[in-house]
Amino acid sequence: MSYPAPKLCVDDVGMTFKTSVTSNNPAGVFEALAPVTLAIPQGRFVSLIGPSGCGKSTIFNIIAGLLEPTAGRVMIDGVDATGTIGRVGYMLQKDLLLPWRTVLDNVILGMEIQGVPLKAARERALPLLHRYGLSGFEYLYPNALSGGMRQRAALLRTLLFDTDVILLDEPFGALDAQTKLQMQEWLMQLWSDFGKTVLFVTHDVEEAIYLSDEVHVMGTRPGRIVATIPVLLARPRVRTSALTPEFLAIKQRCLDLLQVPASQAA
Amino acid sequence: MDTSTVGALSELGLARPQDPTQSDAAAPAVRPIRRLPVQKDWPTWALLIAQACILVGAIALWELAATTGWIDAFFWSQPSAILKTLTIFFTTGDAWTDISFTFRSTIFGFLLGTTAGSLLGLSFWWSRNYAAIVQPYIICLESIPKLALAPLIILVFGIGLVSKVAVATALTLVVSTLTAYAGVKALDPDGEKLFYSLGASRLQVFRKLVVPFCLPWIISVLRVNIGLALTGAIVGEFIASQHGLGRAILYAGQTYDIALVWVAVLVLSTLAVLMYAAVSWLESMLRKGVRQ
Repeated sequence: MSYPAPKLCVDDVGMTFKTSVTSNNPAGVFEALAPVTLAIPQGRFVSLIGPSGCGKSTIFNIIAGLLEPTAGRVMIDGVDATGTIGRVGYMLQKDLLLPWRTVLDNVILGMEIQGVPLKAARERALPLLHRYGLSGFEYLYPNALSGGMRQRAALLRTLLFDTDVILLDEPFGALDAQTKLQMQEWLMQLWSDFGKTVLFVTHDVEEAIYLSDEVHVMGTRPGRIVATIPVLLARPRVRTSALTPEFLAIKQRCLDLLQVPASQAA
Repeated sequence: MDTSTVGALSELGLARPQDPTQSDAAAPAVRPIRRLPVQKDWPTWALLIAQACILVGAIALWELAATTGWIDAFFWSQPSAILKTLTIFFTTGDAWTDISFTFRSTIFGFLLGTTAGSLLGLSFWWSRNYAAIVQPYIICLESIPKLALAPLIILVFGIGLVSKVAVATALTLVVSTLTAYAGVKALDPDGEKLFYSLGASRLQVFRKLVVPFCLPWIISVLRVNIGLALTGAIVGEFIASQHGLGRAILYAGQTYDIALVWVAVLVLSTLAVLMYAAVSWLESMLRKGVRQ
């Protein structure tokens, strides 16, 4: 299979912190992230799964330019983007909607910061709010919204920032199971409409497989990618895909990889 | 259950009495039937009438006590005399000059202290090093009783309006600084992360995140500050002044014109209540504006 040139390239990116020198750690260095390499083609949906502390958020912060890696480079469209901000849309775990702004004015935040005039930004955002399930909420304040609606607003804010690459850090982690399923469908709709390149972090193996073209399983100490599993299930996917043997085989493999061997368990 | 256990339990008062004679002696008292106590709220007019009655009653009692000689009218004065002095105060004295003097020093001090203090507190967001260097001084200033510095301030700024404004500013500035800084410290670092991930500049983060986020903190201190500013203005007038309600109180006290003391206190309290109400209104308007 031949891949097009990667949109986003994480090139041997590593992160080490200096710590105090102890007998366990004579070098005084803590390796948060062993060199990680990812190459993600345009329009792909790629997930990272792994236990807490495997460096998922570190990778995201590095790609978003909020953290300078101690090794390696981040390439976007073949250009070195290491340590530069505003290149990718980044949705953090919390929705971080500003309580003093209406939903509409929250959603246009990215455009506003990029210098788009308010009126033009609002005109661009309104039809999207209507199309993606937020009509009637445009002029409400975030505290009037349910958890699912808040996540929708936060995701639309990320999308309207208008970058090709989007990082989603456990966007549905705090939602109840029912809402989570709805939001997955909603995200799939959005992704196929906009054709963005998505990097998605989750703890939920099934969610990762259901949504992704490719799942990277990560391990801890140091944070690293232990396996890359392509998901070749046909799209559009339906809920019952999760019952097919291919799906179950991938799920089994992911769960095996995530299982901490008894000898290493703390 | 064997007997020794029963004995041990009954000593603890837990065992069921088995012996009929014993059961008579230890018969449990009948529990009284109780209902949930319910307070009935009086209608507002009844509450208002009760409040008015207390006020009228207190004034009448005071007047009665003074005329019959239960209390010394020289020291305590009496309502009728106060009323007489009040009309004289407003018709012949410089009542309006005094009121406007105290009002102006309070408002200027309030505005200056609150604005400068809030800006100073917000400025700590810009640099952690700067904040770390300046913070101990702010805390020192906070712990100094600022009123103790009032004589010095009067000496430096003279006996006019400026010195009263300066005392009022000194009292309000530190409170505003510390409150605004508390807002800055409560800022969620993830909020800043979001802004930076969207490519924001420092100035954009400050204007669109830090300032609106800290506004509720700044607003919450307004009512405290109006009281502090008034205190500062009055103390300034106590020390040295040619006008103001504080000076009127001090002057009346020194000349044993107790009725005038009461009049000035009454006018001052009215002024304080009016300013407090105005700031409370301002606060509620601002809160509506910033949507907490």
